[in-house]
Amino acid sequence: MAVVLVGVTLVALSVGRFPVPFLHVVQVVASHLFGIEGSASAVEGNVVWLVRLPRVVLALLVGGGLGIAGAALQATFRNPLVSPEIIGVSSGASFGGALALLLGLGSLFLVAGAFVFGLAALAILFVLTLDRAGAPMLMVVLGGVVTGSFFSALVALTTYVADPYTTLPAIVFWLLGSVASATFAKVLVAAVPILGGAVVLVLLRWRINVLSLGDEDATALGLRPSPLRWVVLVSTSLIVAGAVAVSGVIGWVGLVIPHLARMWVGPDHRVLLPVSFLMGATYLIVIDTLARTVTAGEIPLGVLTALIGAPAFFVLLRRNRDKIWDSA
Amino acid sequence: MLELEGVGFRFPRRDWIFRGVSFCVPPGTVTAILGPNGRGKTTLVRCAAGLLSPQEGAIRHNGPVGFVPQAHGGAFAYGALDMVVMGRVRQVHLFATPSTGDRVAALDAMDRVGIAHLHDRQFPTLSGGEQQLVLIARAIASESPVLALDEPSSGLDLRNQAQILSLLRKLVADGLAVLLTTHHPDHALYLDGSVVLMGSDGVSTGAAADLLTDKGLSDLYGMDVRTVAYRQDGTDRRAIVTRYDDGPPARPPREAPRRAPDRRSRRTPRAPTLD
Repeated sequence: MAVVLVGVTLVALSVGRFPVPFLHVVQVVASHLFGIEGSASAVEGNVVWLVRLPRVVLALLVGGGLGIAGAALQATFRNPLVSPEIIGVSSGASFGGALALLLGLGSLFLVAGAFVFGLAALAILFVLTLDRAGAPMLMVVLGGVVTGSFFSALVALTTYVADPYTTLPAIVFWLLGSVASATFAKVLVAAVPILGGAVVLVLLRWRINVLSLGDEDATALGLRPSPLRWVVLVSTSLIVAGAVAVSGVIGWVGLVIPHLARMWVGPDHRVLLPVSFLMGATYLIVIDTLARTVTAGEIPLGVLTALIGAPAFFVLLRRNRDKIWDSA
Repeated sequence: MLELEGVGFRFPRRDWIFRGVSFCVPPGTVTAILGPNGRGKTTLVRCAAGLLSPQEGAIRHNGPVGFVPQAHGGAFAYGALDMVVMGRVRQVHLFATPSTGDRVAALDAMDRVGIAHLHDRQFPTLSGGEQQLVLIARAIASESPVLALDEPSSGLDLRNQAQILSLLRKLVADGLAVLLTTHHPDHALYLDGSVVLMGSDGVSTGAAADLLTDKGLSDLYGMDVRTVAYRQDGTDRRAIVTRYDDGPPARPPREAPRRAPDRRSRRTPRAPTLD
């Protein structure tokens, strides 16, 4: 899968409005990484290194992050319908970003606003579930739905009061999701929370298996479920907030990729988590490459991920019905 | 060793489910909790296993209690060995994955339970009895000196029930302290250890042979229950006999069966005399 990802990355770097031969792409990357000089022209070098690479790397980070976050959350909530949107962090982050756009603040504030409000949504969720004995998992899900609805309403309010000729299109396009405005600075902003969160999840991969048995089994085996669940929630929130901050809301990846990965490698999170990251990254690079090459204009990523992902997922689901979830 | 002293439990803003429960399960012995539905058998065994915290009393044990829940499907189709290895969570470092040693310990536990051949099967594809055995193996793999099982034989056919019971006897003989809940007085009699009876007028504890009498069982379940003596492999045993309708109490089989009513007299009622 890692090999596939590297291959897809190189192909994505070579195709586009200004085609660069595949060999030249390899040479450009090699010259920057290892100082090996090749025969690629300076223009090709700039296109590959400065224009396409940040965008492809950003798609890689966001796709991989959403994939692994979805896989971890589905395990934590033991529920196949869970996606990173369920805990309300996406909505919080979209409100932060929309607010920054509404107020006409710079892209730095866009990123910061999305990040801050994404984590604020998590904090609200934490307060909502505090001191609730009985069904902590249910409280988290309900709290997430409540938080999400609250921030969705705020996003709706933002779009309602936005200037329909200037800020409204900006907000709507941002909400649809895109990695078109990628720069190396944005890559850095996204990389820290996404990779940080992903590393924590991968480190906890086996504990997440135990957690996915349910709170009672986990407790009986000697694992306190609540602290571990919060570590998973904080890690996924970091990932989601980071992803939304740089690319808007890209739905679907966090829901579907874990399922595809599970069909392929089974439910063991020791393998599933890394594979979900790699598959999510590959998927979003492919989708983003299509988004910028299929038509003259840009197609919003959030639209394409669902348009392509939904039918593909449906076909796979029909074929592998028995493999993913047991009858329970 | 598992020891409960004056344990009482209530859910918030509810009445006490039980209070003042005291009993001890020394190593190499078995204690069965019996009682009608809703008396708190499962709550008690969960308290003993540390899954619930009682509001009063103390629970002492000489090591972690391995809890065996009732078999359930679970959300993910993990392999049977993977399930058993999860019993090793106390032995595996926070960021680590199970080592070869942990897998060997898990396979040993499966072997002890007699299901080593199932190690590469997926848990949800196993039968109910096999799933229960995997969960028992998981508790054994955790190296707990105490096992607490919640209705280990529920939902199983006769043969699987027998398999679980003989396994429990073997584990007790190996020196484990075993606590279980059950709806089968037969099983408690077969295990021949102590019982905790959760009756309507409080909790009583004692030896199974002493408490599981006709009167004790009839009082416990509020219906007519008799035990029947028989011999098996040179040992005196008792089985449970009950009736499933509302008729008069069952008669002990040693007495003569009730005579069938005379057919003739029923068909032609005696003619009333005119005098």
